[in-house]
Amino acid sequence: MAFNPGTASVRRMKPEADAPSQPVFAVSGLTKIYRTGDVEVRALNGVDLTLEAGEMAVLLGPSGSGKSTLLNIVGGLDRPTSGSVKFKGEELAGANDRQLTAYRRDHVGFVFQFYNLIPSLTAWENVALIAEIASDPMSPGDALALVGLESRMSHFPAQLSGGEQQRVAIARAIAKRPDVLLCDEPTGALDSATGIIVLEALARVNEETGATTAIITHNAGIRKIAHRVFTFLDGRIASSEINPIRVKPSEVSW
Amino acid sequence: MTGLSMLDRKLVRDLARLWAQSLAVALVMACGVMTLILALGATRALEDTRAAFYDRTRFGQIFASATRAPESLKADIAAIDGVSAVATRVVNPVIIDITGMAEPATGMLISIPDQGEPAVNRLYLRSGRLPEPGRPDEATIIEAFAEAHGFRPGDTFDVLINGRKRHLSITGITLSPEYVYAIGPGDFVPDQKRFGVIHMHRSVLEGAYDMEGAFNDVSLTLSRNANTKEVIAQLDAILKPHGGAGAYDRTDHMSDAFLDSELTQLRAMAQVIPPIFLFISAFLVNMILTRLIALEREQIGLLKAVGYTNAAIAWHYAKLTLAISLVGVAIGAIAGTRLGHGMASLYGEFYSFPFLVFSQEPDLYVISMLVTFAAALAGATNAILGAVRLPPAVAMRPPAPTGYHSIFGGSSSGFRLPFSQLTIMALRHLVRWPVRTALTTLGTALPVALLITSLFAFDSIDHMIDTIWFRADRQDATLTFTAQRPEDAVRDVARLPGVLAAEPFRAEAATLRNGHRSRNIQIFASDPETDIGRVLDQDFGAIKLPPAGLLLSERLASHLDLKPGDQVDVELSDGQGRRVLVPLVGVTNSYVGLTANMSREALDRLSGQGVRISGARVIVDESRIRDLYEEVKRTPAIASVALQGVSRKRFQAVFEENIGISITIYVSLAVIITFGVIYNSARIQLSERARELASLRVFGFTNGEVSSVLLTELGVMVVLAQPLGWLIGRGFSELVAKGFENDLFRIPLIINPPTYAVSSLVVLGAALVSALIVRRRIDRLDLIRVLKTRD
Ligand SMILES: Nc1ncnc2c1ncn2[C@@H]1O[C@H](COP(=O)(O)OP(=O)(O)OP(=O)(O)O)[C@@H](O)[C@H]1O
Ligand SMILES: [Mg+2]
Repeated sequence: MAFNPGTASVRRMKPEADAPSQPVFAVSGLTKIYRTGDVEVRALNGVDLTLEAGEMAVLLGPSGSGKSTLLNIVGGLDRPTSGSVKFKGEELAGANDRQLTAYRRDHVGFVFQFYNLIPSLTAWENVALIAEIASDPMSPGDALALVGLESRMSHFPAQLSGGEQQRVAIARAIAKRPDVLLCDEPTGALDSATGIIVLEALARVNEETGATTAIITHNAGIRKIAHRVFTFLDGRIASSEINPIRVKPSEVSW
Repeated sequence: MTGLSMLDRKLVRDLARLWAQSLAVALVMACGVMTLILALGATRALEDTRAAFYDRTRFGQIFASATRAPESLKADIAAIDGVSAVATRVVNPVIIDITGMAEPATGMLISIPDQGEPAVNRLYLRSGRLPEPGRPDEATIIEAFAEAHGFRPGDTFDVLINGRKRHLSITGITLSPEYVYAIGPGDFVPDQKRFGVIHMHRSVLEGAYDMEGAFNDVSLTLSRNANTKEVIAQLDAILKPHGGAGAYDRTDHMSDAFLDSELTQLRAMAQVIPPIFLFISAFLVNMILTRLIALEREQIGLLKAVGYTNAAIAWHYAKLTLAISLVGVAIGAIAGTRLGHGMASLYGEFYSFPFLVFSQEPDLYVISMLVTFAAALAGATNAILGAVRLPPAVAMRPPAPTGYHSIFGGSSSGFRLPFSQLTIMALRHLVRWPVRTALTTLGTALPVALLITSLFAFDSIDHMIDTIWFRADRQDATLTFTAQRPEDAVRDVARLPGVLAAEPFRAEAATLRNGHRSRNIQIFASDPETDIGRVLDQDFGAIKLPPAGLLLSERLASHLDLKPGDQVDVELSDGQGRRVLVPLVGVTNSYVGLTANMSREALDRLSGQGVRISGARVIVDESRIRDLYEEVKRTPAIASVALQGVSRKRFQAVFEENIGISITIYVSLAVIITFGVIYNSARIQLSERARELASLRVFGFTNGEVSSVLLTELGVMVVLAQPLGWLIGRGFSELVAKGFENDLFRIPLIINPPTYAVSSLVVLGAALVSALIVRRRIDRLDLIRVLKTRD
């Protein structure tokens, strides 16, 4: 792959001179409480964080520590119990269903552990599905080329391997040129070699489209490809560190 | 739920969870059970009551009339091989004058023996008593007529007997097996107010009609092994010299033929409608169970792994099926019984039986239940076998992903069809399950067909009314003389008050033959170019009657196997026994029975007795109709009067009243089927595609866009169902029209475009509502849960 994550990160991380320095996400005091009967689960317990434009973040933490909950709220799939989530200055916490739908449609690309492809549509069509409702989409072919699947365009999900399916999911997520790309355990169901291919695709997308990318993972090795790493514990962010040196996905030890 | 086995607890929970879908199926089953109980129950009620009533009153099996036959012939008739009882009578039409009723009523005046009961066609005395000997003014009347006028024993009324007004006193109210369905001259439905049957002593009628020692009507009952045809032939031979008009058996007896046609319709209903519902419910059970078993695949694997037998698992799902069916049977049995009572009382209005009880014998319910269970289990079998065949190890793995075909997308290189990906999703899903799609489409087409089959009656009856009363028999009234008269009698008719125009006619009873085929019929003759009463050709145009030759209605021509150009062997029933070959010059269009027409000129020539007329058809000035009625009641020469205008209104009123009920029922049935099919289909789609649809929501598709996938899929099936429904509906209607057809009347098959449109709109509306109920569930999809799980 002919790109250098190091230089890219420097360029992307620096706020543009003519743009106001506004984070893509500004999260503060976020809590999410689930009540089932008498039992109360604090999935998020006062989370503060910001994500900058073009940044690639990796979210780590033990199972049940609240990573997915945060990602879902930030992605407009769920609402917090209290606290504030601002996307480019717009508050998401109080948005209604219609506003959240529009937000997801216009700004967010999702990648999930189980791909969530539409089985009745081919790879090309799965991407076209999203491109059809975007205002300035890439062509589905270009999006698939970006993840190295130009030769698999007319295959149905049932005819693709897991890694290929996940790359279709990535192509689908980026075809709309989203502002943010949210990935919940994108390599969770894949072996290491396939996982690396998927991560490379994500890194390349982040580089070439400038989408702010957040990746949840249980694989601590993956932290090295990020600009920043957040570690979750019991519904809080226990630590946040900036990677001094990013490595290419292919160099990640699995 | 203590005491229930684990599987039974699961059953109860499944039912609770699937209650809406189960109820939708149960309702479709209920319709099947209801229509089955209704049709079988009503059939039995009518059949049993009829048999019991006929038996008790010794209803005749052979009937004949003559002009005047000596009573001595009775012995000859009784001696015919196979005859077990003979009753001779004096029977004449009369005009009845009821105070307070402007229009004249007509009736039949029938003799009963002065002593004892008649051997055939006994009366069933509802109240009062029979006339006493030596009381010539005493009479009984039939119940329907009595009720219509509020008559009770002791009341009096006037009749015109052979031109003389007589004041009669009612001694009793009766029922007669000959007039279970009592229909007056020119009427299409019973008009209880305008048609009465009066019974008086034979000696009184013999005196009044100058029939001492003679009879003009005879009824026979036969012994068990009698040869009906042979008896008819011998009876005809005996009566021929006395103006015998040809004997006939019960099939041609007006009242019994109407009862028979009702029974035919009921039997057809029992054979056609319940199977439709049972077929659809079998399909719905199959759809629900297949999905349930697919969802419970892993549970089934687990149950098998821990040692549950295949039989136990099959029985578990069979019980679920039976539980749903039981609900359907219960609802259907209650509804069927209630509707059955309604139907019996409706019959009570038209058919005069001493009693008419809707049959509620237990076997009826047992049959309905077994049939429903069988249909449901037949639908379930395939799905249950699938569960039985699942090896436990395979069952615990998720099913292989569903493969699809790349149709509707166009080629990936360049050319693409103008469908959005959402539409493609919908269409591919349809094609992926072709059998289900076809059956769902058929299931939606059937209610359309059912509606057309019930609504087409409007079009056909409208057409019939137009044809009969506005194109053919356009007279306001038909006056029939007591005896045939010279041609100038029509001028007397024209001079009656209010009569604007009068056309003479001549009617002669005759036997038409062709080889071994024969029919007794009235030949009706009028002037070649009439304006009031007309004979219609196949295109409903008026036919100019030719100076020679015979015209037969299509049905009569086919009965006799004759086509235009053939010779018809005609014998008038004038006792002369002359047989003449007359050419068949045309086939006419008639909705009322078997008709034969000639020009008067031709009939006069055929009879060889000069120019005679039997009566006249008249157009009446509406404002002076009461004067005409008054005059008719006072005119001795008029034996009978048929009021076509009144008949038409009565027919329309009865039709509209009854069709309203049946349309309500059919629309309800159609809505229930549509709901059952569409609601279940949508629920199952939603269940199969919840994950896909939730994913779409995650990607930012709106509820409306996501619903469109579901609605497109349903929409395609519902739209395809319409032309299919029209076709099937037309086929059903044709069967119904054919089933109605008998020698008394037939219903033309007319289906106007609005009937198709209304049928479709009802089903489209019901489908839309069903789909929208399911659509609301899309708004409540749990977006996050689907992301955490695999399919
Ligand atoms: N719908 C729910 N109802 C009740 N509790 C929930 C719900 N969803 C999540 N939780 C709880 O919230 C907590 C955080 O869940 P979350 O899914 O965010 O964890 P996670 O960090 O993504 O874990 P994993 O790494 O296992 O995916 C957990 O304790 C979980 O049990
Ligand atoms: Mg998670």
